[in-house]
Amino acid sequence: MKHASRKLLLLAGVVLSSALAIGSARAQDELSKMSANPNDWVIPARTYDSQRYSPLDQINASNVGTLQPAWTFSTGVLRGHEGAPLVVGDVMYVHTPFPNIVYALDLNNNGKILWKYEPTQDPSVIPVMCCDTVNRGVAYGDGKIFLHQADTTLVALDAKTGKVVWSVKDGDPKLGQTGTEAPLVVKDKVLVGVSGGEFGVRGWVSAYNISDGKLVWRAYSEGPDKDLLVDPQKTTMLGKPIGADSSLKTWQGNEWKIGGGDTWGWYSYDPKLNLIYYGSGNPSTWNPSQRPGDNKWSMTIFARDLDTGMAKWVYQMTPHDQWDYDGINEMILADLQINGQTVPALVHFDRNGFAYTLNRDTGALLVAAKYDPAVNWATGIDMDASSPNYGRPILVPKYETSKQDVNVTGICPAALGTKDEQPATYDPQTKLFYVPTNHVCMDYQPFRVAYVAGQPYVGATLSMYPPPGQTNMGNFIAWDATTGKIVWSDPELFSVWSGALSTAGGVVFYGTLEGYLKAVDAKTGKELYSYKTPSGIIGNVMTYMHNGVQYVAVLSGVGGWAGIGLAAGLTDPHAGLGAVGGYAALSNYTNLGGSLTVFALPKS
Amino acid sequence: MKFSLRTICALAAVLLLIGGLAYAQGPGDSKAVTSRNGEYFDKAGNPTFHIENGKVDWYTYAGYIRYGANCLACHGPDGLGSTYAPSLVSALKTLSYSEFYAIVAGGKKDVSASSDLVMPSFGTNPNVMCYIDPIYIYLRARADGAWGRGRPTDHEPVPEAYTKAENQCMG
Repeated sequence: MKHASRKLLLLAGVVLSSALAIGSARAQDELSKMSANPNDWVIPARTYDSQRYSPLDQINASNVGTLQPAWTFSTGVLRGHEGAPLVVGDVMYVHTPFPNIVYALDLNNNGKILWKYEPTQDPSVIPVMCCDTVNRGVAYGDGKIFLHQADTTLVALDAKTGKVVWSVKDGDPKLGQTGTEAPLVVKDKVLVGVSGGEFGVRGWVSAYNISDGKLVWRAYSEGPDKDLLVDPQKTTMLGKPIGADSSLKTWQGNEWKIGGGDTWGWYSYDPKLNLIYYGSGNPSTWNPSQRPGDNKWSMTIFARDLDTGMAKWVYQMTPHDQWDYDGINEMILADLQINGQTVPALVHFDRNGFAYTLNRDTGALLVAAKYDPAVNWATGIDMDASSPNYGRPILVPKYETSKQDVNVTGICPAALGTKDEQPATYDPQTKLFYVPTNHVCMDYQPFRVAYVAGQPYVGATLSMYPPPGQTNMGNFIAWDATTGKIVWSDPELFSVWSGALSTAGGVVFYGTLEGYLKAVDAKTGKELYSYKTPSGIIGNVMTYMHNGVQYVAVLSGVGGWAGIGLAAGLTDPHAGLGAVGGYAALSNYTNLGGSLTVFALPKS
Repeated sequence: MKFSLRTICALAAVLLLIGGLAYAQGPGDSKAVTSRNGEYFDKAGNPTFHIENGKVDWYTYAGYIRYGANCLACHGPDGLGSTYAPSLVSALKTLSYSEFYAIVAGGKKDVSASSDLVMPSFGTNPNVMCYIDPIYIYLRARADGAWGRGRPTDHEPVPEAYTKAENQCMG
């Protein structure tokens, strides 16, 4: 009897666990499956590979010229509107800058507000946000909407009712820690990072259970190995193990504790490799002499196991940063043909002006080339695997800012980088990347600063201007990541600060700081459509289909770092005393606003 | 020029109170009539600039640098404002030195349905408070039209007393 019942229990156990496995596998696959539906937009970048490409082709190169606004929605909030809405079935989820309102709009009912969630946050978080009170979007998963608030609260809302299911505080604004980036839901976890590179905040990524908000793992960008979640022998950089104390060895004293390396950018995921990819930001302070050493692992691309957080490989792009070239820009995953082979690639357009192509499985470096010819702080990246400087930038000494109190002139790109967080897109049809870029240079002068918790810890002043002899402050380019070449380049008056979208219709969309939503031909870059929305665009263009109609939507609301640096217009600091005028001022073209414009073809 | 941070906060509180009770006093006549250790003062005894033939006093130059370090991130290059923070070139036309000092030390909030402007209090931040006079002097020169956009290239040499006070203040 005992024997039989034990067998029965065993059998029951097997059945139960496989049922559980199937059940959790269903939960695990949920977003991968949902994001395969081109009608929806369920992940901030539409799909885990962050290609921001839509298979929808009702709008195409021949008819996009007739596009027109179909409906609009005012967010009720001013200041910089980054990110994009989500569409899950018949509901669109729209988020806002501080106070971080979330709206659920009924697409079956002309955008009627199904519910609205407005968190209560202490406004004293506002001045601790270096670059405007932006928010890059909500995430969806397991019937919940996840909002990452400015005060670092991560809240899970019931997607149907907007009621709070659970809420956790990920950081402390009194220490300069804030939340700006969109969370990423993968399988049973939701990931968030932290902002505060200008406040001496030591960066991290947290992974929480989507069911109950319990912290599963947290990986820091600097410090002891146990904080980094690395294995000194197994975690590699360019094929070599990073060894023990890889971060601590590159900082003096306790500087790593206020070391920056914040994680406020975009996250990607490869389901086959089960790896998440993201980059870390600038080391604190902006004064390099106060932090000798390579400052690992700031300015680094991380590939981490989703379940444990352990880093499989890393790659530091700008060791001992001297220019604020944060490494947080999006990691686009695409299988590319390089030298006759299909490579599982990761392509990253860094602030430092170099576009990197790596093997996302092994972390091997394949291509590193300037995606703006004006870039001058380094001549290139050392691609010789046998060189002791393999993978490091080849610096041009006159553009180093290593001497305190010395003003270094003519550095390109400026601190805002050849591209900032505004994401690029990959079109698997043309096999090209479409990149919104900045075309601005700077003078940079570092000096001593003292650290005070919760106060800015910057230590440099800069003045910015377009490259000598040029007046356009931005370009929208097409890039071949297999050869490292610009294929075409459309100049823009101001930096192109929106996220781009490519579509199967052969059209690429982006927005300008003056507020234009533009459509260009994916093959040639020729402008096919342009419409001026109510305010400058720093959001990301997205597309969805509802009741058989394809829509293109974008948030308008000028602000962000562009709104700070470009509002009054740049001037040429080398024009000499008495020089009149300067470059175009953004404030002559647009004002604050907060709205969503949704476009469609005319009803036939 | 030794700053006890507690003193700064107390001073700021007093000034805020005074500022709140009176109308905006205005900056007054900006002409420099006296100087002490390379810093210039107007006839009311408030810090001011001294600019001649494109050459600025040390404090105006230092103010350009320290403004860039601490204020540019919200108020934009050259004090001209951003999409959300006001132009200080405009503001200093009506603010007095004590009002300016009180706002920087104590912060300022303007939060309502239509705005969420919050300036932090810098009273405990030596990176700002040790340089409050240079920052004021630079912005005063900008507001007065005495200095245009961009970095001053020709300036008086750094006074010894300035460096001494800076080191004492910053620790």
